[in-house]
Amino acid sequence: MKKIEIEFTINGKKRRLSVKPNDLLINIIRNDLFLTGSKYGCGIGECGACTVLLNGEPVLSCLTLAATVDGKEITTIEGLAIGDELHPMQKAFLKNGAVQCGFCTPGMILTATALLKENPNSTEDEIRDYMRGNLCRCTGYIQIVKAIKSCENNLETS
Amino acid sequence: MSEFKIVGKPIPRHDAWSKVTGDLKYADDFSLPGMLFAKVLRSKYPAAKIISINIHKAEQLKGVQAILTAKDVLHNETVTKFGQSTEVGKGFEGLYRVLADKEVRFMGEAVALVAADTEEIAEEALDLIVVEYEPLPGVFDPVEAMKPGAYLVGENGTNIIGEFGCGQGDIEKGFAKAEVIIKDTYKVPFVDHAYLETEGGIAWIDDYGVINIRVGSQVIEHFRDVADVLGLPHNKVRYIGTMMGGGFGGKEDITVETYLALLTWKTKKPVRLVYTREESILSHSKRHPFIMKYKVGAKKDGKLVALDAELVADAGAYPYLSPWVTLYATVNAAGPYCIPNVRVKSCCVLTNNTFTSANRGFGAPQPNFAYESIMDELSHKLNVDSLEIRRINCLTTGKALSTTGQVFKTHVALPEVAEKAWAALGEPVECKEENRKIGRGLAIGLMSYGRMTFLHDSSRSYVRLESDGSVLIRSGIPDLGGGQVSLLCQIVAEELGIPMSRIKIYYSDTALTPLAGTTTATRQTYMSGNATLKAAREIRKRVINKAAEMLNVNPEKLDIINEKILVNYDQSKYLPLVKVIKACNTAGIELFCEAQFNAPFTITPDLLNIRGMTFPDFTFGAQAVEVAVDTETGQIEVLKLVTCYDVGKAINPLSVEGQMEGGSIYGMGYALIEEVIMEKGITMTPSFAEYIIPTAVDVPDVKAILVESGGGLGPYGAKGIGEPSCSIIAPAILNAIYDAVGVRIKSLPASPEKIIRALKKDYFEK
Repeated sequence: MKKIEIEFTINGKKRRLSVKPNDLLINIIRNDLFLTGSKYGCGIGECGACTVLLNGEPVLSCLTLAATVDGKEITTIEGLAIGDELHPMQKAFLKNGAVQCGFCTPGMILTATALLKENPNSTEDEIRDYMRGNLCRCTGYIQIVKAIKSCENNLETS
Repeated sequence: MSEFKIVGKPIPRHDAWSKVTGDLKYADDFSLPGMLFAKVLRSKYPAAKIISINIHKAEQLKGVQAILTAKDVLHNETVTKFGQSTEVGKGFEGLYRVLADKEVRFMGEAVALVAADTEEIAEEALDLIVVEYEPLPGVFDPVEAMKPGAYLVGENGTNIIGEFGCGQGDIEKGFAKAEVIIKDTYKVPFVDHAYLETEGGIAWIDDYGVINIRVGSQVIEHFRDVADVLGLPHNKVRYIGTMMGGGFGGKEDITVETYLALLTWKTKKPVRLVYTREESILSHSKRHPFIMKYKVGAKKDGKLVALDAELVADAGAYPYLSPWVTLYATVNAAGPYCIPNVRVKSCCVLTNNTFTSANRGFGAPQPNFAYESIMDELSHKLNVDSLEIRRINCLTTGKALSTTGQVFKTHVALPEVAEKAWAALGEPVECKEENRKIGRGLAIGLMSYGRMTFLHDSSRSYVRLESDGSVLIRSGIPDLGGGQVSLLCQIVAEELGIPMSRIKIYYSDTALTPLAGTTTATRQTYMSGNATLKAAREIRKRVINKAAEMLNVNPEKLDIINEKILVNYDQSKYLPLVKVIKACNTAGIELFCEAQFNAPFTITPDLLNIRGMTFPDFTFGAQAVEVAVDTETGQIEVLKLVTCYDVGKAINPLSVEGQMEGGSIYGMGYALIEEVIMEKGITMTPSFAEYIIPTAVDVPDVKAILVESGGGLGPYGAKGIGEPSCSIIAPAILNAIYDAVGVRIKSLPASPEKIIRALKKDYFEK
């Protein structure tokens, strides 16, 4: 299969890769770049565990062809903290007990940061609605919603 | 000791940091140079003879390194064990067949293994393996499977693989005294655990010829079972357990480990195997469907006089934990009620459905749905309100379980939890829409924590105080996401007066950590918590004694707070902990300890007449809900959910609340939407597009009320909460539906279709 050259920024670093036309973004991120924070949960876009930010928008990396990210900017969970300083959403998840098994956590946190960027004053219903594509089997979502709510007006708008 | 410093505080868990940063390496996040990728060929039929398996073409494919079938497995058939080292008799051990040989018993059963250079090649090789099957009729209904002349799933001449019974009094006389009798049958479906992380792991052979398996498993003691399959000494197989992305009982049986061990042994290369979601749903165990025939008799005032229950569980194609789950259900069958005359009979039956085994609740949620539904029917029939009927019948401290006669010497927080849950619903939601009816429901229940006492359960833990005042813990404890590992750190931090950040814990490794037993049966707070407490207290005692000698005071006056040994809590009069450690080291005092905690031991009961103690203790809880039912669409919205448990002592309230909330929603899925649909053994819901679990929008306002009686057997009086938390919610919701629209749904899930069919019975029966 003919490979395609792509160039993109991931967590602030420029990367150049040759990918097959059918390579999925999740596999490139996990297997080629060893950023294993993005998780495989279902492979069909139902669970949200593979969520990454593409130009700031949450996308499902299990349904995104790697070839389509050429020239774009990707943020994975590994790119959220600045050095040892956690992102406010990461801190909120810690503080509110929103992390149990942690498998949905990277996708949850990334989706939540996108939500608050779009709408910094979301109501609880708006939070629940926005997060509906990210499944969690452990928490019942209660502490996750609490964590996101506690983060409102707390995120830099940059 | 003074008041708690860390225990009882809602603090972030020890493992939470590496989870929010994405740094934690789960089973699938680890790779080794030169590793191969494995795939499993699975049966397309639920029941069929295997005529032949031809691997010739697949073997020729470039990049294929190994293909294994049953004939390549030294001991392809062994018995299922679950970490217990006690002989408990044949009744609890079933056939463990690694790869299907002459026949397949369920759709998705493993038939062959492939290891190849890439995942794509491994997948291609699966397509090239030709298996010739001769389909067999099979049997898919446990009641059919029990009948004489039924299709036989196994080789034992009967499909019934376990029979249990218990009770007290005289059932005939009991019903003769009853003024009202209600009979009903309740059914519950197959349920998937739906953990976000599918089964996976990697195995390699180390420099000394030991097979290392890095895997997400609730039972690292399976290293012995894997070694038995390969015919190796037990110490030649090592499990390195990873933090799990959820377990809920589904990672209690062996999943990928044996396959990994076989392939790495054959190829001498590292091998990775991770299930796809579809493969996970097809091949791992399910929660048992039960058919439960109940009959209760009561006096007009609501006082129960007799209960008769017959339970039939669908074990699926292999026994696995079915006998144990059925025993749990049998013991739980009369609920937390005092009933003078009780008879419970139960059995588990093989079928050609996917096998069933452990699933959060382990036999507690099923009978709970039945007895709390029939209690609600009784309350309506007698016009005694929901709370009152439970109040006048419930167990209290010192009373005995009506099924086995086990006496509750520890605190029983009934009816307290029921009263609190019911009251916390507050004022009803107002609703003016004509099609939207509001209703309320209550349910109470009990579930054991700790394994069955005849398993002679124990846990070990090692604690070492370093010369710089930091601490190292080693415990074989697996963490499935419930905070098991963090809990041990918290206990040690409390006892040794150091912050959590000063602790490093090594966990879940059969070579390097003392075996702590399985993360199942809601046993780790109780068992490994107590083992770790014992080790930490021993070290604490040694440090305090040395400090007392140095300060020339009575040791009773000393406490360790913030890495200082204080006299009478006087901040100005202290020794730094490090200084005392140095003195201990100089004097040759051991600042390490490996301790073992043993649960109470009993003998294996007469399974047809189970009497006396079978579990160390129970957790009691109540759940109350308010729902809105749309009478046009049958849609149900849970508006309020209150969950109230006596947790004994909440060592980390944030974790305990998380268990109670998460457990409630797990149970809400069971009540309303979840079902693995099997049609003649074929799974019709093999992905998250068909198998639907609750999302953030489905979740109501949840209120968790923690009662802390201090009456548990765990550290500081804690009880277990992981599984009890999910076991009561289904009947509370279904009772609320009845309250709203007068419709009694007797089979889970209470789907909109069932509601509409019941509401518009006249229309559908025309």
